[in-house]
Order: sequence, then C-alpha cells, then structure tokens
Amino acid sequence: MSEAITLRYTVPGDDFTRAGEASADVKRNLKRMGVDREAVRKAAIALYEGEINLAIHAGGGEITVTLTPDTIVMLLEDHGPGIPDISLAMSEGWSTAPDEVRSLGFGAGMGLPNMKKYSDRFDIQSTVGVGTTIRMEVDLA
Amino acid sequence: MKIREILDALGARLLTPDADLEVDVHAACGSDMMSDVLAYVKDQGVLLTGLNNPQVVRTADMMDMVCIVFVRGKVPGEGILELAAARDIAVLTTEKTMFSACGLLYEKGLRGGTSHV
Ligand SMILES: Nc1ncnc2c1ncn2[C@@H]1O[C@H](COP(=O)(O)OP(=O)(O)O)[C@@H](O)[C@H]1O
Ligand SMILES: [Mg+2]
Repeated sequence: MSEAITLRYTVPGDDFTRAGEASADVKRNLKRMGVDREAVRKAAIALYEGEINLAIHAGGGEITVTLTPDTIVMLLEDHGPGIPDISLAMSEGWSTAPDEVRSLGFGAGMGLPNMKKYSDRFDIQSTVGVGTTIRMEVDLA
Repeated sequence: MKIREILDALGARLLTPDADLEVDVHAACGSDMMSDVLAYVKDQGVLLTGLNNPQVVRTADMMDMVCIVFVRGKVPGEGILELAAARDIAVLTTEKTMFSACGLLYEKGLRGGTSHV
C-alpha cells in the first residue's frame, strides 16, 4: 500500500434516512482493504457523526476520505450556516437541533465531542454564512 | 450470553430469520439517543432501543454490534430489516418496556460496556 487511496461522497441535505450511507461505505471499503479493525471503527464512528451533522445542520456537504500508509484522513466540507461559537458547539450536550431531529435519535449534542474523542487529530474551521470544514485523522496501529 | 438467551429472557420475537442465534453478546446499551450509543465502544454488543428508523441499524453497524432489540412492541419496516440482515445484525422485538428489558438482561449477567477508545 504505497499510494494513497481516496473515497469521495456527496451527502444530501434533505434526506435524513440516507445519512450514514457514506460512512457505512467507507467502513466496508476500509475493512475490505484489511485496515486495522480498531482504527476503522474509530474512523467510521467519527465520520458517521460528521455525516449526520452535514445532513441536519448544513444542508448537505462533501466527504473526502484518504487512506495513507499510516493514517485515515477524513475531510468534511459544507457551505451551510457555519458555527458562531465553536467552543460552545464542541461542549458535550450543546445542540441547536430541532425536536424533529431529536425524535429521530440525534441532537443530543454529543456529535462533535464524539468526533474529537474518536480521532487522533481533530481540526474545525467555521465561518458564519460561509460554511464549516472539519478534518479528522485516525492513525493506523 | 448468546442471542438465543436474549430472545428467551425477553420473550422476544426474531425478525431476521437467518440470524445466527449462537453468536455471543458481551455488552448491552439501552438508549433512544444514537450519539449516546456512539459515545461508548462495546464489543459484540446488543442495542436496546425504542427508536424505529434506519439510523438505529447504521449506529449498530458503526459500533460492530451484533443484535438490536426493539422494545415496547416496535416492529421496524422491511427496509430496516434488510439493512440489518445485510450486516449480520440480528433484530428482535419485545413487548417489554426499555426499563424491564434492560433489567431482565442485567439480571442474567449482561453489563454495560466500558468506554475505551
Ligand atoms: N456542519 C455544521 N454546520 C453548522 N452547524 C453545525 C455543524 N455541525 C455542528 N453544528 C452545530 O453544533 C451543534 C453541536 O453539534 P453536535 O455536537 O454534533 O450535536 P448535535 O448534532 O446533536 O446538535 C449543533 O447543534 C449545531 O448547532
Ligand atoms: Mg451532531
């Protein structure tokens, strides 16, 4: 595995039931490639939370996953409303999700904290009115 | 504990007929909030939930869970069952409430997982 492998997905912003398809596909692909099981699980959980956020908070977005010989790099980009206060958004339990989303099992305000917890490196950039970019890396064992 | 024992303890009904009931379950998690489920890594786990949508299966899949129990008599649609079957996740439904279902499994020795990343 000398070259990087890249997977790209567009996450729709209007179909919550499909959110998670990209993460499931990434997980399937990485597993098939024989990538370390624990690393795949961490990456898939972090990506899944990010994908849900793209669907419910950002009106959709783009996911790019790159597998290098020692890291899974995941990039999530959207042109949604952006996040006014990132440190508040990162705190456990803080959420602006409407009741409708909560009744679907999300909106507990644990998504961003979970993403940070499961990745070895986590970076979030957001500008109100422009969008949000998150970069997560999970090291292979 | 095996999936078969969960089925018996909860007086549950199996909705994925091809599931292997001899699979071992090492931990359990009961919640309607999927992010709470995603916060704790559990090996070979069972998810008990009152929520009925495809994200339940996606969450279980991400966590490498082997079994989902829908409580309070919830019966998921065909699409959800197919999604689970394709991932070798056994799906059960029980008339028990969340509290009672969790209590019964706890009594049989099943415990919540530990948080290790
Ligand atoms: N991609 C995004 N675009 C805009 N806002 C976001 C995005 N991701 C997260 N947020 C904001 O941060 C809050 C916390 O996110 P998160 O921790 O995932 O919790 P939840 O999704 O359960 O609300 C969200 O409620 C939302 O206000
Ligand atoms: Mg979220």
